Amino acid sequence: MDLDFGPAEEEFRTEVRAWLRAHVPAEPLPSLETADGFAAHREWERTLGADRMVAVSWPREYGGRGVSLLQWLVFEEEYYAAGAPGRVNQNGTDLLATTLFRHGTPEQLARILPPIAAGEVIWAQAWSEPGAGSDLAGLRSTATRTRGGWLLGGQKTWSSRAPFADRAFGLFRSHPEAGRHRGLTYVMFPLDADGLTVRPIGRLDGKPAFAELFLDEVFVPDEDVIGVAGEGWKAAMSTAGNERGLTLRPPGRFMASVDRLVELWRERADPSDTALRDRLADVWIRCQAYRLKGFETISREDDIGVEASLTKVFWSELDVALHETALDLLGTDGELTSPWLEGYVFSLAGTIYAGTNEIQRNLIAERLLGLPRGAR
Amino acid sequence: MKFVLDAEQRLFTDTLHALLTGADTARAVRAWAAGDTKPGRALWSALADAGVFALAVPEAHGGAGPLPVELVCAAEQLGRHAVPGPFVETLAAAELLGRLGDDPLAATWLPRIAAGEALVSLTLPPAVPYALDGDVADLVLTADAETVREATAHGGTASLDPSRRLLPVVPGEPLVTGAAAASAAAYDLGALLCAAQQLGLGRALLDVSVEYARTRQQFGHPIGEYQAVKHHLADVLVELEYARPLLFGAALAYRTPEFSRDVSAAKAAASAASYLAARVALQVHGAIGYTDEYDPSLWIRKVRALYSAWGSPASHRARVVDAL
Ligand SMILES: Cc1cc2nc3c(=O)[nH]c(=O)nc-3n(C[C@H](O)[C@H](O)[C@H](O)COP(=O)(O)OP(=O)(O)OC[C@H]3O[C@@H](n4cnc5c(N)ncnc54)[C@H](O)[C@@H]3O)c2cc1C
Repeated sequence: MDLDFGPAEEEFRTEVRAWLRAHVPAEPLPSLETADGFAAHREWERTLGADRMVAVSWPREYGGRGVSLLQWLVFEEEYYAAGAPGRVNQNGTDLLATTLFRHGTPEQLARILPPIAAGEVIWAQAWSEPGAGSDLAGLRSTATRTRGGWLLGGQKTWSSRAPFADRAFGLFRSHPEAGRHRGLTYVMFPLDADGLTVRPIGRLDGKPAFAELFLDEVFVPDEDVIGVAGEGWKAAMSTAGNERGLTLRPPGRFMASVDRLVELWRERADPSDTALRDRLADVWIRCQAYRLKGFETISREDDIGVEASLTKVFWSELDVALHETALDLLGTDGELTSPWLEGYVFSLAGTIYAGTNEIQRNLIAERLLGLPRGAR
Repeated sequence: MKFVLDAEQRLFTDTLHALLTGADTARAVRAWAAGDTKPGRALWSALADAGVFALAVPEAHGGAGPLPVELVCAAEQLGRHAVPGPFVETLAAAELLGRLGDDPLAATWLPRIAAGEALVSLTLPPAVPYALDGDVADLVLTADAETVREATAHGGTASLDPSRRLLPVVPGEPLVTGAAAASAAAYDLGALLCAAQQLGLGRALLDVSVEYARTRQQFGHPIGEYQAVKHHLADVLVELEYARPLLFGAALAYRTPEFSRDVSAAKAAASAASYLAARVALQVHGAIGYTDEYDPSLWIRKVRALYSAWGSPASHRARVVDAL
């Protein structure tokens, strides 16, 4: 058992650090949840892409650098420590790509992945529907067989970044006679397709950063079906763990945030406020725990599987606690617009998206602890 | 980087777990509480044969250590099975004595500790004010920033955990002076092993609660089908799973400048996680959990006792913040 980085990691760290020093914009970009900010972040994604920094752990043939997961963790540590901009294409790099690596055809890998790695095509996830949130398998939007492909109909909602993104991937009911989980098909489609309307929805901070999608006979060719038609649930679920697990929220993000929190504590703290000091300590301890748990996960080298649910509950609660502590340190200034406040509002969604924490607790109890399945 | 136990460390852990599973430790706890230390002492010899005490003793004094990762593995298993006696104190005393170099005190006691022949109790006031099991210990030490002294333990104070007999001490003449580094190191190791013991207790309480929730029926269903119960238990697993890496991270920081900070992080987290495990265990078991005769109630009580032993959570949080 050890925590020592080898020369490969240290070399990579040096390289990444130098690259970030040369490229990270001096001024923070405008919020990526607005049209202008999104455009600026898209530009940044291209800058990353030009030097194969979008998805460093992907094979080189798809635009990555083929580095190990441990090197990827190092990349993320440096990335967040450098205060580099938020990433607009996590749906593409972490969700879609992971699914394609497992279920995609060679043609799909060759066609879809390089534009993601180049920062050219930004993806949205279209899973949720008005009547199908936690109960995703209850979704009702349809895919109807047509010559050479499928016609999509119905409504999706809460689709992050869909107002600004290029393409989306989502599940549609294609075989209504099969069971709830059996008759779903997983497809990719352009957001400017004929028959598709994107209506932005304002979030808790007022920014139009997610959207409803209305689909009316939107055509999807067969080559844009992921996996086997009718078996989309399997493909989608096999990588849902990624959304909940380490890749969505790498430990480096929390380490960088807690370092900033400690600075804020030094600037702002009332030393006699031991209650707040205790909360700072707990947040720091939890960030450290998350980092170490990440090293443990990577050391095990097996599929993270349902353990992703532990990760999801842990980081989402930690993110809220971290930002609450920051706002409390700011005291009466906590309500003023600031990066801390923006982070706080975003953290509040973490216990809801990627599968609510109640759903994750059900999974932990049933799949990890072996408790009996109850009513849903 | 390989931040997981290697095959040998896993085997050692499994061996201790198997040994203690077959040993009816609850009976030893009850006997210890009633003043009969024989079954407890028998456990100690078995553990000594498995090499547990040698892990804290330097090779020059007949030990195999110090091996902090293995010590954490062992303390976790001792906690999981609620083994009675001052083993954290004995292992911390080994750290203290091991730091004294050629001192006759070290030469006399370390080989005996390694062989499992000596129960040592230790106070490090103010954080560790009472000598645990000072009445049955073969040696009682007390140390502060200046001195190490032998001490005599008198009287006794009852603990919530009936197997923890806490005795105030009267310090004798100084045996060693200028021992600040040694007593600080003993405190850090003791706090780390106490945290490992807490984690083991928490795990045992989660296991027994899950088993109970699968079998106990109310309203015609196992109670583990109800989400209120499920979610409590899921939260316990999350807390325990994220406390453990802190313990091993701290063990790897042994003898580095970060050790004290990392030990404090581990102790605060283990206190919180095991406390949640105990609260949930009590709730899930209903009145049975509140019953003295029911063995897990011994675990529940030990958790609260260890919550503030070897430094309160607040004192450890303060140490973490001071180090940032
Ligand atoms: C900021 C943000 C971004 C999002 N981005 C996307 C996106 O890009 N793409 C996308 O497809 N979706 C996205 N979502 C939607 C998200 O996945 C859903 O909100 C989530 O799955 C929950 O569904 P729901 O909102 O319909 O809540 P509901 O499912 O209606 O749940 C309401 C409450 O009931 C609880 N509940 C429901 N069922 C159970 C149960 N069986 N047991 C216990 N409690 C239960 C839930 O935990 C929750 O507390 C986003 C959401 C947010 C907030």
